[in-house]
Amino acid sequence: MSSSPSISSSSSSFLGQTHFDSRTPNARLPTKDSWICKCVATPPTETTAHMTKVSRNANMAKLQAGYLFPEIARRRSAHMLKYPDAQVISLGIGDTTEPIPEVITSGMAKKANALSTLEGYSGYGAEQGENRLRAAIASTYYGDLSIEESDIFVSDGAKSDISRLQVMFGSNVTMAVQDPSYPAYVDSSVILGQTGQFQKDVEKYGNIEYMKCNPENGFFPDLSTVSRTDIIFFCSPNNPTGNAATREQLTRLVQFAKDNGSILVYDSAYAMYISDDSPRSIFEIPGAKEVAIEVSSFSKYAGFTGVRLGWTVVPKELLYSDGFPVAKDFNRIVCTTFNGASNISQAGGLACLSPEGLEAMHKVVGFYQENTNIIMETFTSLGFSVYGGKNAPYVWVHFPGQSSWDVFSEILEKTHVVTTPGSGFGPAGDGFIRVSAFGHRGNVLEACKRFKQLYK
Amino acid sequence: MGWALMGSNMLAWFRPCPKHWATDGSKRMGHSWSLGEHGRVICGAFVLKETGEKNIQGFGHVDPRFWITLICLPALFCHGTKVPRNINMERLRNGYLFSEICRRELEHTQKYPHAKLIKLGIGDTTEPIPDIITSAMAEHAHALSTIRGYRGYGAEQGNMELRNAIAQTFYRDMGIKANEVFVSDGAQCDISRIQMLLGSNVTVAVQDPSFPAYMDSSVIIGQSGNFKEETGKYENILYMNCGPESNFFPDLSNTPRTDIIFLCSPNNPTGHAASRQQLEQLVEFAKANGSIIIHDSAYAAYITDESPRSIFEIPGGREVAIEISSFSKFAGFTGVRLGWTVVPEELLYSNGFPVIKDYNRIVCTCFNGASSIAQAGGLACLSSDGYLAMNAVLDYYKENAKIIMDTFTSLGLKVHGGKNAPYMWVHFPGLRSWDVFNEILEKTHIITVPGTGFGPGGEGYIRVSAFGQRESVIEASRRLKNLLK
Repeated sequence: MSSSPSISSSSSSFLGQTHFDSRTPNARLPTKDSWICKCVATPPTETTAHMTKVSRNANMAKLQAGYLFPEIARRRSAHMLKYPDAQVISLGIGDTTEPIPEVITSGMAKKANALSTLEGYSGYGAEQGENRLRAAIASTYYGDLSIEESDIFVSDGAKSDISRLQVMFGSNVTMAVQDPSYPAYVDSSVILGQTGQFQKDVEKYGNIEYMKCNPENGFFPDLSTVSRTDIIFFCSPNNPTGNAATREQLTRLVQFAKDNGSILVYDSAYAMYISDDSPRSIFEIPGAKEVAIEVSSFSKYAGFTGVRLGWTVVPKELLYSDGFPVAKDFNRIVCTTFNGASNISQAGGLACLSPEGLEAMHKVVGFYQENTNIIMETFTSLGFSVYGGKNAPYVWVHFPGQSSWDVFSEILEKTHVVTTPGSGFGPAGDGFIRVSAFGHRGNVLEACKRFKQLYK
Repeated sequence: MGWALMGSNMLAWFRPCPKHWATDGSKRMGHSWSLGEHGRVICGAFVLKETGEKNIQGFGHVDPRFWITLICLPALFCHGTKVPRNINMERLRNGYLFSEICRRELEHTQKYPHAKLIKLGIGDTTEPIPDIITSAMAEHAHALSTIRGYRGYGAEQGNMELRNAIAQTFYRDMGIKANEVFVSDGAQCDISRIQMLLGSNVTVAVQDPSFPAYMDSSVIIGQSGNFKEETGKYENILYMNCGPESNFFPDLSNTPRTDIIFLCSPNNPTGHAASRQQLEQLVEFAKANGSIIIHDSAYAAYITDESPRSIFEIPGGREVAIEISSFSKFAGFTGVRLGWTVVPEELLYSNGFPVIKDYNRIVCTCFNGASSIAQAGGLACLSSDGYLAMNAVLDYYKENAKIIMDTFTSLGLKVHGGKNAPYMWVHFPGLRSWDVFNEILEKTHIITVPGTGFGPGGEGYIRVSAFGQRESVIEASRRLKNLLK
């Protein structure tokens, strides 16, 4: 192992800057390896550092490194320090860039102002979310699918919901994920104690079933080779590969879950990006209500990445092995470990689902879809095998035989464009780079120009 | 679930259909059954009275065997997964306390639709948020519609400006730095994130009585063991009795070691603010035992005397404590959702690993930051004008508390708290707290909270909260005087 940065007596430098806000260019950054603590904090000269007798949670120790996206942000900041005059373009973290349509923000401003009035003030809201918003979500996205208002749990976003679901499931369940997949599924599983140790040779955690998704299998797992697990995480349209599962594939997946008595946690955060007739919700598949939970988010539809709003659907029909309804436990989790999404964000959500709001969201999504097309065309024209893009704001570019972190670093160094290395999403992601389509049009065009120069 | 005779000799097993689970966990009687999608039965009665009586309307005289057949049919069509329910969820008692209070409130309003219900139960703020704060939030919302003002993902730990403002406002001179402050969507969520951080293999002590989230989150994460009916306690949680005899503070000389100690001061529900001496003892105790204190200071702004507002006022506090706080009760942000947790860099696990690093990882993995709009509001709260405006609202609630305290005192009841917290802890010796709760609700249409909702040490007490409009509080006082004189 390479050496850690030198540790001065000021313990804050031991941690480096713990805020990984990619907008602070002056952050001093520890190297990647300093994430791994190998020594006790150097005691100040006057007194010895007190150590509690509380054991570190062994599950936290299993985690290999920082969460992927703060790591990307760290590298970006380091690069900006190295090249202070470079115009760094971020097509890495899937962060929305376009302003939120006014119909939506004025809904939120109105709610904020109302909180200063006697008639308009509201305190604690229902932890499950405001009824009107739950009803609007049910009718907008699940209108013909017999999902009711009471099946919808409004939240502060998919990432938080994934952890709440994991807390609900507990440590004694087994899980399967796609490989590659959004890191929060695996990382939350590790934290909750569902996994074994990380196996460096295969780059996988013990006790997780990794369902490979690659060009050979059309980015849909070969279910005949997948062992039974209690929980199956499935994201479609997929982050990072961009692939949207077909109706036929999802029907097989639901059948697989049914046959195995498994619960499918279906992440549909990118459904609005679908441009063909791939299913937008797992509940379009008959029988899904008895096997699936669906997680979704306003982040990528309404630019709510900072506003924080999402939802989870837990159908009443979903039962544990003893017949107990999963929705009852999720409700208890939501009431005990959460206190509801911000009422202002919820007002924004309601505005999003008005006819005007829906139209406005479609426009913004359309804008990012156009970005995606530009990026796809660029890489295709350069002779790369390019996947995704059609139904998601991510382009999955193949660099056969190359380490994805190396490609990431080379692209960053030579074009000042931040992408995301595929191996950050799982071992089957190695050899791929994820390029996200969120960005101002000018930046996307400029990035593509630079890619063309690098790879012509 | 059970076995039943189907047809003549066939046995079938049935399980309750989800549509028939009542909200309180009891099984509801079905009334009829109908064909659902794809010809499957989706509703059906499944409760059979042992006498064999027909208890379903509309069926007239039905041969029991036929009836059992009908009952069993739904079971064949209700798919259950093979996923075991989390045993920790099974260990939870009934519903979460405040949801239970809501439920009873609803029942009461249905029973007395014309009664003017006064809510002094759930500690929910009622007064509008000062303009200076809401206009900052509205401004931020508008800015999100502009190219210059749009912001996407914020740092999961919170906006640096806000972290700085929190450190400067609440922890000046205590050596707490901005990077030790983690902004969140509130204390209830932070408590659970801290539990995820700690994991299931730590031992926990809570005050008795205490805010239910510490206990319930401990059960959920697997620290608590089973609930024992005979003691009314979870077997692996240490309950530190906090009653008048011990000045509402744990008797540390009789307290065994646990890894984690939850302490809320000013206390919810007793209203007691620990003295400097008490907190020094606690820090010393934690240091000697190598324990970590989770100090909940959500009500610190209500302190009117010299009691410490932060555990970090105590020397050595940084090496043994995490502090949680919230904008809910001092900015009226109960619906807006904003709080913070301080994890000092000096706080180390037994192997020397800094707790802050793991907490940071939890925040980055299980959370995506508090809403940027709420954070804009938080920043406005901590501006000098914002702070002044908020203090005016605090004074309003403090005056409510005084009125309520005076009311109960004048009735000859022993009242604790109220001075440093928006809660009054009223003693009804010899009575059961749910009985008192019910009587007060039934006879005066006032919602309070029964003390046992906070733990067995709450028996004989009622918590009355000071949040409410002045007129309601005065009216409540009048009704209570009528009832209890």
